[in-house]
Amino acid sequence: MRRSIKYLLLTTVNLVLFSLLPLHARYAQRSADAELKVQAVRLRGLQLTDLCLSTEARYTRHPALTDRHAPFQEHPLALEHFPSGSLILPSRLPNENP
Amino acid sequence: MKTVVERHLNILDFTLASLLRRKGKNLSLLTIYLLVIFMLASLVFFVTALKREASLILEDAPDMVVQRLMAGRQDLVPSLYADSIASIRGVSEVRPRLWGYYFDVNGANYTIMANDDPSAEPESAMIGSAIARSRNMVVGDLMPLVSYDKVPLLLQIKSILPGGSDLMAADLILISSNDFRRLFHFPAEQATDLAVTVRNPKELATVASKIVQMFPDSRPILKSEILRTYQAIFDWRGGMTVVLLASALISFIIFAWDKATGLSAEERKEIGILKSIGWSTSDVLLLKFWEGVVISLTAFLLGVVLAYGHVFFLSAPLFAQALKGWSVIYPAFRLSPVLDGYQLAVLFFLTVVPYTTATIFPCWRAATTDPDAAMRS
Repeated sequence: MRRSIKYLLLTTVNLVLFSLLPLHARYAQRSADAELKVQAVRLRGLQLTDLCLSTEARYTRHPALTDRHAPFQEHPLALEHFPSGSLILPSRLPNENP
Repeated sequence: MKTVVERHLNILDFTLASLLRRKGKNLSLLTIYLLVIFMLASLVFFVTALKREASLILEDAPDMVVQRLMAGRQDLVPSLYADSIASIRGVSEVRPRLWGYYFDVNGANYTIMANDDPSAEPESAMIGSAIARSRNMVVGDLMPLVSYDKVPLLLQIKSILPGGSDLMAADLILISSNDFRRLFHFPAEQATDLAVTVRNPKELATVASKIVQMFPDSRPILKSEILRTYQAIFDWRGGMTVVLLASALISFIIFAWDKATGLSAEERKEIGILKSIGWSTSDVLLLKFWEGVVISLTAFLLGVVLAYGHVFFLSAPLFAQALKGWSVIYPAFRLSPVLDGYQLAVLFFLTVVPYTTATIFPCWRAATTDPDAAMRS
């Protein structure tokens, strides 16, 4: 078989896989959303305010409820030192543009 | 038509043979290109999926959370605040919330919350799946916690929240209000904060200003502010995104720059030979176009497919590690897949198009020179 045909076949396989992604996403989203809604209903009464992205520091566990100074309040001259603190931004001030 | 297709196939054959002649160089090029696209696409998928989950989960967030500040730190809220806030016109419900953090001896940090559910039995707990995973616990096991009075509190695991709720409650321990007060020696008639529900969402800002007037030491946090915090975290300018985006883009720029700044002596010679045996400038450009397409399209398609698998089948281990940091308890990022066509199109035009152009441009310069000069150079 010619090299060009082999390459085109490989690209076709890649394209088929690529075009299957939206179909898979739609199918998987439907079942995952149903599961998420069931869990959300179960926990609705708790009125949770934050996503559990990282649990190492209070201010990255609940970024929406902490203030901007929280990372520096551990002790006088405290420096922010948790790895997730460099990835999760502090909460926005009310007059700050998103 | 047949001749055109045949011409393209012949040139593609030649391109592939030419690429295979420099197998080592081109394979490493393809690998780096694929990695750059893989990182960028993974980031796009991860952030888009988290944004979507955040919006779904935070739908149930309270309209407003009222905290009390004391000397710049969050302090407990007396129940008197709840009664006064409930009397503000437009407020439909004020619910004192009891929650806090428990630092375990193994370094784990749990979020402990009092469950208002009347079915919550004393000395029993509902725990997040990450805690059960980390401590190898099953329903019925006993979970010992040490209270602030140094008295052990033995909690029987009543149920384990399923993995589907990890993004909400991976580190959560739900216990009864009495157990919560016993554990933290929490004063009566006080709460951690107040969850306020307002009938008309348009009145939230007015209610918040009334609360601040009534209690100057209070800090109301509106639902819109909570949502904005998460928008900022997942924004492209946000900490996590910008670090990865910048490193991937810089590597891509170095890589495309290297390609665009010139051809090797061997490639120049090859173009000279092709021109001298009768190839036209357009044939040479077509050859280089195919060379760019073979590398960039393969890298793009494979990179995106692998990124999808990385984020949605393997729970994004590369990014989870970064978020995990020193956490002992961490969620499994089992995200619901989201595919944004617009973002994929942007990724395509930011990576495939510049690379292909960067491949053609120096060749156009070489192909328009005299073949003899090109071969001698």
